[in-house]
Amino acid sequence: MAEQKTVTFIITRQDSPDSAPYNETFNVPYRKNMNVISGLMEIRKNPITAKGEKTTPVAWDMNCLEEVCGACSMVINGTPRQSCAALVDELEQPIRLEPMSTFPVVRDLVIDRERMFDALKQVKAWIPIDGTYDLGPGPRMPEKKRQWAYELSKCMTCGVCLEACPNVNDKSNFIGPAAISQARLFNSHPTGEMNASERLEGLMEEGGLVGCGNAQNCVQVCPKGIPLTTSIAAMNRAATVQSFKNFFGSDNAH
Amino acid sequence: MAEHREYFYRRLHSLLGVVPIGIFLVQHLVINHFAVYGEESFNKAAGFMSSLPFMLALEIFIIYLPILFHAILGVYIVFVAKNNVKRYGFLRNWLFFLQRITGIVTLVFIAWHVFETRVQVALGNASVDYSLMEGILDNPVMFWFYVIGVLSAVFHFANGLWGFLVSWGIAQSPRSQKIVTYATILVFLVVSYIGIRTLITFAYGV
Repeated sequence: MAEQKTVTFIITRQDSPDSAPYNETFNVPYRKNMNVISGLMEIRKNPITAKGEKTTPVAWDMNCLEEVCGACSMVINGTPRQSCAALVDELEQPIRLEPMSTFPVVRDLVIDRERMFDALKQVKAWIPIDGTYDLGPGPRMPEKKRQWAYELSKCMTCGVCLEACPNVNDKSNFIGPAAISQARLFNSHPTGEMNASERLEGLMEEGGLVGCGNAQNCVQVCPKGIPLTTSIAAMNRAATVQSFKNFFGSDNAH
Repeated sequence: MAEHREYFYRRLHSLLGVVPIGIFLVQHLVINHFAVYGEESFNKAAGFMSSLPFMLALEIFIIYLPILFHAILGVYIVFVAKNNVKRYGFLRNWLFFLQRITGIVTLVFIAWHVFETRVQVALGNASVDYSLMEGILDNPVMFWFYVIGVLSAVFHFANGLWGFLVSWGIAQSPRSQKIVTYATILVFLVVSYIGIRTLITFAYGV
């Protein structure tokens, strides 16, 4: 029988949110077209370290397995990305897996992205249409604009942009690029536009737009290629106009 | 505005860096360049500047207070960043990092420079003229300290100008931001030349 090929994973593990992290190495049988998640599944089937010691299965988060949900983000060989889309054949070995450092660790590779959802609440990244009666159809959106806005709508709140941003950390309250770009998406929607100033107010609150230091790592690492820095600059302009309206003007309600 | 205090302070910080501090920096280096044309012409130019009406008020409101505000908030901004150029070695990330380094270097330099040319003068230990600067820059250590200080200040200004245009939403598209990057590199080179040329004249008389 031919010698079986293996894949080596070095995983940064952590048993609970407050305990100290430690590394464990695993050798996993190689299969064709493996991704990092299938490697983690092998470890779960047989949680024995490279030294032959029995250990607990490694915990990680996942959902869609096709790079649209954002749940399985982790730092793979130093780069934050989705583990479902990280193919073993394209990675240098040993493959190092770490949780994204910007977020609190729940266990092993599972992190808590709640700050991102709080940020979406701060900028009101939705379109309020609920009421007690049917409001009827909203204004139509030009097709060209729809295509453009679709690019912004690809954001999956995966957290990779926050992980790469030097200004998102435990010393700062910056909400990060994702929510700023979402505010732009909803402000450009014909119905969402009706509440544009509310989102801009959210962006001007603590931790909002001004937390950006223009290091522009976010746009480089975004797995969806969203023009995050263009969105930030566009919202900077919109917020400038809004703040002038607020101070000098009298038509700042909308 | 009260409910958007952080937003207001950060935008003010960005604005003050250009107006008046950036304008003052360029003006200061251009006036000093008179030294290249001889001791006489430098003393005449410096004499004119210090004989402007309301000199103390101008200095306090155009120079000291804006720089103090910019410096205090700036140190805080440096403190809240967690630099990661090792992991993400992109150009803009490096410039972000250098903006913070040069900010601190410039702060140290300005403190020393103000002590030498304002505090000492106020105490009556010196007077602002060509020979004061010649005396300081004659020492090679001080010459290199001034070279680093001037380059830091000019870099911080030029890169800050880029940041200002982006932070206020003037340069939005990637293309415009790239062209502004080239323009600010030019600003850095030109203003640095003006500053360093003057230092060489003070130090070596050429």
